[in-house]
Amino acid sequence: MYNAKYIIPGIIFFLALIFVPVAYNMGKNFEVKPELPKDQKDCIEDAQTMRDKHMQILNEWRNEAVRDGNRIYVNAKGQKYVKSLTNTCMSCHADKAKFCDRCHETVGVAPYCWDCHNLTPNQKTPIPLAAMSEAGGH
Amino acid sequence: MKNTRREFLKLAAVSALGVGAGRLGFLGDAPAHAGALPTVANFEEGLKAKHWGMAIFSAKMTPELIEKCRTACHSEHNVPDIPGNKNIKWFWGASYEESFPTEHGHYLSEDVEHRQFPLLCNQCETPMCVKVCPTQATFQRPDGIVMMDFHRCIGCRYCMAGCPFGARSFNFQDPRPFIKHFNPQFPTRMRGVVEKCNFCAERLAVGKLPSCVEAAGGAIAFGDLADENSDVRKALREHFAIRRKPDAGTSPSVYYIL
Ligand code: SF4
Ligand code: SF4
Repeated sequence: MYNAKYIIPGIIFFLALIFVPVAYNMGKNFEVKPELPKDQKDCIEDAQTMRDKHMQILNEWRNEAVRDGNRIYVNAKGQKYVKSLTNTCMSCHADKAKFCDRCHETVGVAPYCWDCHNLTPNQKTPIPLAAMSEAGGH
Repeated sequence: MKNTRREFLKLAAVSALGVGAGRLGFLGDAPAHAGALPTVANFEEGLKAKHWGMAIFSAKMTPELIEKCRTACHSEHNVPDIPGNKNIKWFWGASYEESFPTEHGHYLSEDVEHRQFPLLCNQCETPMCVKVCPTQATFQRPDGIVMMDFHRCIGCRYCMAGCPFGARSFNFQDPRPFIKHFNPQFPTRMRGVVEKCNFCAERLAVGKLPSCVEAAGGAIAFGDLADENSDVRKALREHFAIRRKPDAGTSPSVYYIL
């Protein structure tokens, strides 16, 4: 190989560089503590399902509600809920900053749901995007 | 003594700030507009039809009534009030010439010539906007409603070019600062998507008639075009009605009784 004495150390250096963050975080457990609603015990599904799948559930909700006009969700226990981000999710989780944002900011995702969906069904005025675009936008 | 006064003032200032922030905050304050949240039971009572349609008694439609319907629709759906040519409209009024340009109505009766006609998306049976939409963001439901899935809209505006009725509006900017009557239960839109009347699909789903129909107080008949006993078919059976631009071939579901 031409220039092996440059290329091989180069590759090793490159690999070392990209694995620095992996090594740095290895074994570390990052803990996120979103604030749970005080007046409610149960979410629509159990906490683990919500943690793992809330994005899939929301994606299914929007397709089923908007495209199929099917707006009632039946959970694993047979309980019924209205498929609505603002009117169902956000009416319990009334403080986005203390619930949604804590995780989203830690893992570095900036979902753009709130560009259109309101933060709570009790909101008085629409909240312009400017305040939120700093959070990362999309 | 001096010290305690300082402390007191500081404390007072901090608590005043706290109270102020509490009052300013939108959280916890009940909005002026919204009613109770729709429940699962409401959604179970949703209205169903084979093909939704509308018949407008145009002679009853004064400019004031059109304005009332427009306000009802626009407040319900968070339609922004943007002045100038970037405006967004779901429901609006126009002259006979603008509404029915293919009717060539020369020598019209004074009454019809000066009448304002309420216009909205015609919820066409063969909608051009659906045909040209590359992402299927605009689609037709089995009950005839031509809906928009704002999540999928990429803002290409083919539908605006395709619609022969100018029934669609494009959001050139963030609409939120221009929303005057805010309904927190209905989403707003973002910059770069197209919007239009959705025949109040979200109200039909909880068993209510569309906002404009309710506001019109009998001047708009609404119902299932496939059901001959429905209000809309009754109105069409008893009165002469025309549709807008029939030669565009889209077959509107909105009829105008002259
Ligand atoms: S009026 Fe225009 S936007 Fe409405 S369904 Fe017909 S073609 Fe589509
Ligand atoms: S049917 Fe609903 S969305 Fe359409 S114009 Fe009337 S109030 Fe507005």
